[in-house]
Amino acid sequence: MNKIYPDAHAALAGLLRDGITIMSGGFGLCGIPELLIAAIRDSGVRGLTVISNNAGIDAAGLGLLLETRQIRKMVSSYVGENKLFADLYLSGALELEFNPQGTLAERIRAGGAGIPAFFTKTGVGTLIAEGKEVREFDGENYVMEKGLVADLSVIHAWKADREGNLVYRKTARNFNPVMATAGRITVAEVEHLVEPGALDPDHIHTPGIFVQRIVRAATFEKPIEQRTVRKRGN
Amino acid sequence: MAWSRDDMARRAAAELQDGFYVNLGIGIPTLVSNFIPPGITVQLQSENGMLGMGPFPFEGEEDPDLINAGKQTITELPTTSYFDSAQSFGMIRGGHIDVSILGAMQVAQNGDLANWMIPGRMVKGMGGAMDLVAGVKRVVVLMEHTARNEPKLLRECTLPLTGKGVVDMVITDLGVFEIDRAGMTLTELAPDVSLDEIRQKTEASFIVRVE
Repeated sequence: MNKIYPDAHAALAGLLRDGITIMSGGFGLCGIPELLIAAIRDSGVRGLTVISNNAGIDAAGLGLLLETRQIRKMVSSYVGENKLFADLYLSGALELEFNPQGTLAERIRAGGAGIPAFFTKTGVGTLIAEGKEVREFDGENYVMEKGLVADLSVIHAWKADREGNLVYRKTARNFNPVMATAGRITVAEVEHLVEPGALDPDHIHTPGIFVQRIVRAATFEKPIEQRTVRKRGN
Repeated sequence: MAWSRDDMARRAAAELQDGFYVNLGIGIPTLVSNFIPPGITVQLQSENGMLGMGPFPFEGEEDPDLINAGKQTITELPTTSYFDSAQSFGMIRGGHIDVSILGAMQVAQNGDLANWMIPGRMVKGMGGAMDLVAGVKRVVVLMEHTARNEPKLLRECTLPLTGKGVVDMVITDLGVFEIDRAGMTLTELAPDVSLDEIRQKTEASFIVRVE
């Protein structure tokens, strides 16, 4: 079965409908599926629920889908650095659900592993626990959090083979591997498509079973949010 | 004289022990990495998926795929490892990180911490803070003693909490407090800071055990 698609639009063909839930990988602008986000924008699909640690910045990443008002609701842990996001949220045009970052990651991991819910200490005694079941284990309180799945996951990887085995690079890995497991369909944009056998099976981060479609692109923008450097000779 | 930000970071670095795995928050806590005592080795964890964080890159060597949790470009070390967000927070929530040093808006005398939300203002989100304070073995807060002359060490937090009863130590520009089940104890004063000044600028009740 062919998993390789010629471009991002083709890779998303037939998958986008108004009102679906999409998981989008990345931390800040690092390891985001930038080509797939642009293709979602171009499709004009609306009313999306987007699960992503962050919401991009103005004019980059998921900021593209905020500009076009295609997102109805975000599930995120941190949404700073985005003025448009703040404006949309404060005017009531955008719904927002905050999850602690570890709870978000674990909800996605659980969803992908068929685990409907789990208990965690994170958020006990805070606003996050309101309305959720709290249970005591060995004298400590834990709050119940539910697993998350999505209609579609869009992720970014460094290398892929035709089977969809993926390798990520450095901190661009972040949420991408767990999101790959929790999408009913997962589409991966990759920097390099390699021949079968070129990836060491011991070094694969995401086995191909979690990836249904792959698109390779030669160029990425890979913007840097906070360029920090030190002087030579220090 | 009150401690400078560097003095505060140096004092926090004295809490580190050889072999510790450490997570540093954004702001003053980031400075702690400049003052790691000689002769000890610690590994810095960055919750976006990295253990063994190196210094900022030289100009021209920035890598967009290599950032810390503050989204700053950084470098790797020979012992660095990378992992996904679920494993990163498994490390944090599973109690494998020895100390978390982070900033705060308010700390209560029972160890309650508020540092993520001011009602009525745009909320940016808690990021990984709730996970860190719930899961890391020891939580050290580094913060200015007051904000606009209002105390930040309180009987009870008035802002929404990040964690309940989670803070073990508070280092401010005026001194050091330890918090345990018995309550809050002032254990150190910054040079030339008087007990009277601390009492005046602290709402929380505390006992004094300055060596």
